Formats: sequence, structure tokens, C-alpha cells
Amino acid sequence: MDFELSDEQRAIRDTVREFAQGEIAPRAAGYDESGEFPYELVEGMARLGLFALPFAESVGGAGGDFLSYCLALEEIARADASVAITLEAAVSLGIAPIVSFGTAEQQQRWLPQLLSGERLWAFGLTEPEAGSDAGGTQTRAERRDGDWVISGRKIFITNAGTEISAGVTVTAVTGEEGGRRQISAIAVERGTPGYAQAPKYRKLGWHASDTRELLFDDCRVPQANLIGTEGGGYRQFLTILEGGRVAIAALSVGVAQACLDASLSYSAQRHQFGQPIAHFQATQFKLADMATQIELSRLMTWRAAAAVDAGRSAAPYASMAKLHASEVATACANQAVQIHGGYGFMEESAVARYYRDVKVNEIGEGTSEVQRILIARHLLADVLPL
Amino acid sequence: MNVVVCIKQVPDPNSPGQLDPSTHLLKRDGELVLDPGDEFGVEAGLQLVEKHGGQVTVVSMGPERGLDAVRKALAMGAAKGVLISDDSLRGSDALTTAKVLAAAIRKQDFDVVITATESTDGYTGVVPQMIAGLLDIPAVTFAKSVSVEGDKLTAQRQTETGIEVVEATLPVVLSVTAGVNEPRYPSLKGIMGAKQKPLDRPGPADLNLEDVGGASTGQRITAIDSAPERAAGEIIKDEGEAAKRIVDFLADKKVI
Ligand SMILES: Cc1cc2nc3c(=O)[nH]c(=O)nc-3n(C[C@H](O)[C@H](O)[C@H](O)COP(=O)(O)OP(=O)(O)OC[C@H]3O[C@@H](n4cnc5c(N)ncnc54)[C@H](O)[C@@H]3O)c2cc1C
Ligand SMILES: Cc1cc2nc3c(=O)[nH]c(=O)nc-3n(C[C@H](O)[C@H](O)[C@H](O)COP(=O)(O)OP(=O)(O)OC[C@H]3O[C@@H](n4cnc5c(N)ncnc54)[C@H](O)[C@@H]3O)c2cc1C
Repeated sequence: MDFELSDEQRAIRDTVREFAQGEIAPRAAGYDESGEFPYELVEGMARLGLFALPFAESVGGAGGDFLSYCLALEEIARADASVAITLEAAVSLGIAPIVSFGTAEQQQRWLPQLLSGERLWAFGLTEPEAGSDAGGTQTRAERRDGDWVISGRKIFITNAGTEISAGVTVTAVTGEEGGRRQISAIAVERGTPGYAQAPKYRKLGWHASDTRELLFDDCRVPQANLIGTEGGGYRQFLTILEGGRVAIAALSVGVAQACLDASLSYSAQRHQFGQPIAHFQATQFKLADMATQIELSRLMTWRAAAAVDAGRSAAPYASMAKLHASEVATACANQAVQIHGGYGFMEESAVARYYRDVKVNEIGEGTSEVQRILIARHLLADVLPL
Repeated sequence: MNVVVCIKQVPDPNSPGQLDPSTHLLKRDGELVLDPGDEFGVEAGLQLVEKHGGQVTVVSMGPERGLDAVRKALAMGAAKGVLISDDSLRGSDALTTAKVLAAAIRKQDFDVVITATESTDGYTGVVPQMIAGLLDIPAVTFAKSVSVEGDKLTAQRQTETGIEVVEATLPVVLSVTAGVNEPRYPSLKGIMGAKQKPLDRPGPADLNLEDVGGASTGQRITAIDSAPERAAGEIIKDEGEAAKRIVDFLADKKVI
């Protein structure tokens, strides 16, 4: 077994690292404070070709592997988690469903501007009454004269309200069968009458990422906007979320690495009792634990990404990687602030931002509890089917 | 219009360099990168062909690992790479380097040959002029901006006293300064496509170079000394005329 990256994967990681450290990192604190959407950084990522990276050339992608995409996400998140989630949501939640389940016409219509990174596409699953329990979806879509008419609300949706947002794939109940709600996915372009985006939420972290509530009020779109099969929405997003989980794991590794980077340099430079605090074993043990856990998270992420690349199911590795990497990242941010002492509590230190940005990784794209449920379900499949 | 850009792979200038006591050259066992100065050259070449058509070929002489630098230039958009990495060329001085590069360049179709003004490691700053001499074409050096119209190249040259505007008839050797442009990042698709681009690996025999390199070099580094410690700076206390004294100081150093 060989844990070395290929020349190409290394070159991609190094280029993204250079870009992230050179262009994103110096602006991260500013965007965090202003809460503005980082259009110029999205443009920079678009020029690099990041939005097309993990998609096949046959649909206009760059033909890169999923592992390269994870390496890129780690490097971007190491500089700014808000920018990383903007990329991740655009690629894993916005573009991926259209690539995986869209018709040729849908792909021709939307993919060029999404893969080029000129426009962003969002994915709206979560609702006031349907979070972890996506089966509780209340948004409805009815067929009327060859159109879908959508009514309902989506909450906490990423990338739907920027100036470059082109639309959203929403899940909606399209019927009932045997007492179970049938859920389908439907594409809604921004600007369609009856589709509105509420103002941005105020959030604990990810300030520069666009998160909004979406409102659908008799919103009419052509029947041809159905993504995938009617009633297949639930199964489809389970597949989509599997890739998304690996991506969130990569993003978590990046934030954790940033916490370690900052802790290493601060502890070498901060003196107390006449010596650098890195001389104290109490600090060294924190650093060693962080590094060990980060390496473990990274290997789990690569393992899951390799399964995606091999075309195998990444479950339960995707869930394990996401669960572990997100919890490790939170722990690392906690220790990083501790190592920085009072300065770590000040907004001018980068670790204060990491601390605020990191928690959501344990919530989005399936909470830690949901990941544990999925892993347990996998373990017990043959013993005690749940 | 076709452009050849000379690129060199150097030890990463961001990590502290160490000299090898036997060769008096920078050690090359750490991270190696495309010379940041040459990124400006590659960008300048790409901008010229984007405007006027044609393609960029990059030429590099260096050890096998130099392939990474060539690949980076290909990922940025160069169409073809040439890497000369024969062991007999190890320890080449600037003149030998220029002879090898000139021989490789002669085999290409070119209107402009671009280099940086000096490399980040060897730093002799003479290779560009030597290439021009060997090819018997004009050298336009220290360019801070470039344009081409027909067969005429116009460059602004940064000099100590000001900016010179120079014209030359193609073909020319052009050395560009850092800041002539903003080098692009290679696109990720470019990185993945780089392996498919043509790469030439000529040896000395292919270039008809019988007696260059190694023993035949004319220039040797005989000793090295550490640079003198930098003298402490002067602190100007503001007693009402600090601004004027700083301006005078900067004017005296020709910085402003
Ligand atoms: C910044 C941000 C961006 C987001 N972007 C998007 C987006 O682009 N698109 C989108 O569709 N959604 C998005 N979300 C929503 C996100 O996916 C949900 O918040 C998440 O799935 C959890 O749902 P919930 O918030 O309703 O929590 P709930 O499901 O209400 O969970 C509350 C708590 O109960 C626990 N819990 C729930 N069920 C169980 C159970 N069976 N067993 C044990 N514990 C349980 C949970 O783990 C959690 O701790 C985003 C969220 C945030 C914060
Ligand atoms: C096997 C092998 C090992 C080598 N090991 C070393 C080493 O350890 N240290 C070292 O400094 N050099 C090494 N070289 C390269 C060569 O010896 C130097 O490039 C040469 O001495 C040029 O000197 P300079 O860097 O001072 O050139 P300068 O005149 O300062 O360079 C000006 C510009 O000329 C161009 N240029 C210069 N050299 C090259 C080149 N080799 N290929 C393409 N373009 C070039 C670049 O655009 C550069 O910016 C090695 C070469 C080979 C084949």
C-alpha cells in the first residue's frame, strides 16, 4: 500500500496551496469581519478551474479525481473555511446532482456557467420541520398544466442569494405512495416569479459564506426541471450527501491544520517564565495530539475519497471520515485557542475565527449523531437490520 | 509569433538555503521550484502569443528533477517543453549554460527568447546576454513592459536614472524584470494536461555539443565568504524635520 500522492495530485495541491496562502489567507479576516461575499476569491478559484475539477471531461469538467478535489478543499479551508464551504456547496451540492442525475438538456443549459465558476447553484433540502429527518419535507410541488408549482420554505441554504447565484435544486413532496411522502428534486432558476431569498442570516461563523432562507410561493417551473426521477429525490440526495461528507471531512482537516499551524508558530514565539511556551511539555503534548489526530483524519478522508474514485460505495468510510475529522477539528480549535491564551480570545487572532468557524462541520451535511446512526446501521446490517 | 522562454529550477527561495562546501553552490536536496523570476518570463511569453498567435516553448537545462519546473510552465499554458539534463553538464558555468541553451533554442522556431534578468540561485545575470551573443541577435534587457508590432519589439527598460524606451527588430532576446506582469496560477486542468504535452529531452550529442560542461568550464567559484553583517539602521527622531530628512535620505539613495 502506497500513501504517496501522484505527481499530478501533488502539483494540484501545491498550486491550490500557493493560491490559498497568497490570495485567500490575507483577506480572510477582512471578509470575516465585514460578512461580505468574497466575489474576487470566487473568481480566483474559477480561474484556477476549481469548480470543474472533479467532473468528467465528457460533461465539460476538468477530469480530475475526487481525491484532488479533497486536497484542494483542505488547502482552501486552511486559509478560510467560508471560502471553502462556498466551493464545497457549489461543487458537491450544486453541480454534482446536475452531473449525476440531470438530463443532457439540463446539463447543457446550466453546467457551462457552473463549471466555469461564473455562477453558483445551491441545494435546498433543509426545512423548518425537516433537518436530520429529511423525510419530514413539507415543501410541495404540484403538476399544473405541464408545470411544477412549488410552495414551501427552505432554511439554512448556502449560495442561493449571491449576485452570481443562478438557481437551486429543491426537494419537494410530489405525491404519496403507501402513506409515504414521495420526494423529488426540482431545479428553480433565480428570478423565477414566486421564488424569493430572505436576507442573510447572522451566524456564529462562516461569515463570508452566503446562507439564507428560501421562500417558494406558487413558484412555477417547467416540468422539464425535474432532476432525476420523480419520487427519486430521497435516494438521490443520499448519494449526493455521501460525496459531500467526504468533502466536509477534507474541509475539516484544513481548518484543523490551520489550528496546528498557528499553534506551532505562536508557541515557538510566545515566551513565559523565560522560555517559549513550546518548551513546556503541556504545550508539546497538545501539539502532538493535534498533529496525530489531524493525520488520522486526513488518512480517513483519503481512504473515503479513494473509494469514491474507485467507483465503490464510500459508506461507511464517508460517514466515519466526516464524523472524526469534524470532531477533531473542533477539538483542535479548542486547543489552539488555549495555546494562544487570552490572545486567542481576541478577534485579531486567527484562531478566534477558526474557533467560531469550526463547529458547524459537526452539523452540516448530516450531524455527528446522524453519522453515528449511519455507521451503526452499516455495522448491524447483517446482525440486526435496523 | 513563437516564443522560447528559458526557465530554471531553483531551491525554494522561501526556505533557508545552504551552500554545498564542495561545489560552493546552493544545496539542492530540499524543495525545488520554478524560479519565481522565470514565472514572469513564462507569463510574458504567454501574453505575447495570446495577443499575436503562435506558441510558447520552454527550455531548461538542469538535473532530472527540473522536469517539475517544465511541467509547471506547461500547466501555465506553454505548448512544449525542452529539458536538457545530461550529467556531463553538471557544474556548467554561465557560458556553458548559454551555449547549451542557444543550441537548443536554435532548434526551435522563435521570434522572441525570454529570460529573467538573473536567476534566484546562481545569480550571475549574464546568461541572457550570452545567449543573444551566441545567436547573434539583439538583447533587450531589464524590460518592465513589452509590446510587439509587426517585426518590431518595444520595451521599457528600468535603469538607475529612469525608464528607457528601446526598440529592436525581431528576433530578439528579452530579459524581463520581476513585476513586468502578474504571473497566472496554472489551471488545474492545465496541470492535468501537462503530461500530454510534447516534451523533448535532447542530450549533448543531439545538440552537437561535444566539448562543453564539466572539465571544460572556464569559470570556477574558488571561495565563498559570508556576506558582511548588515549595519544597524539609522533611527531618525522627529524633532520637527524628520519627514524632510527621510525624503533626503531616500532621494540620496535614488529610491525616490
Ligand atoms: C451554515 C449552514 C449552512 C447550511 N447549508 C445547507 C444547504 O446548503 N442546503 C441544505 O439543504 N441544508 C443546509 N444546512 C442545513 C444542515 O444540513 C442542517 O442544519 C443539518 O442537517 C441538521 O438539521 P437541523 O438543523 O434541522 O437539526 P435537527 O435535525 O433538528 O437536529 C438537532 C439535534 O438533534 C439531533 N438529532 C436529530 N435526530 C436525531 C436522531 N434520530 N438521533 C439522535 N440525535 C438526533 C441532531 O444530531 C442535533 O444534534 C446548512 C446549515 C448550516 C448551519
Ligand atoms: C546536472 C546539472 C546540475 C546543475 N546544478 C546546478 C546547481 O547546483 N546550481 C546552479 O545554480 N545551477 C546548476 N545547474 C544549471 C547551470 O549550471 C546554471 O543554470 C548556470 O550556471 C547559469 O547561471 P546563473 O543561474 O547564474 O544564470 P543567470 O545569468 O543569473 O540567469 C539569467 C536567466 O537565464 C536563464 N537561465 C539561466 N540558467 C538557465 C538554465 N540552466 N536553464 C534555462 N534557463 C536558464 C533564466 O531565465 C535565468 O533567469 C545545473 C545544470 C545541470 C545540467
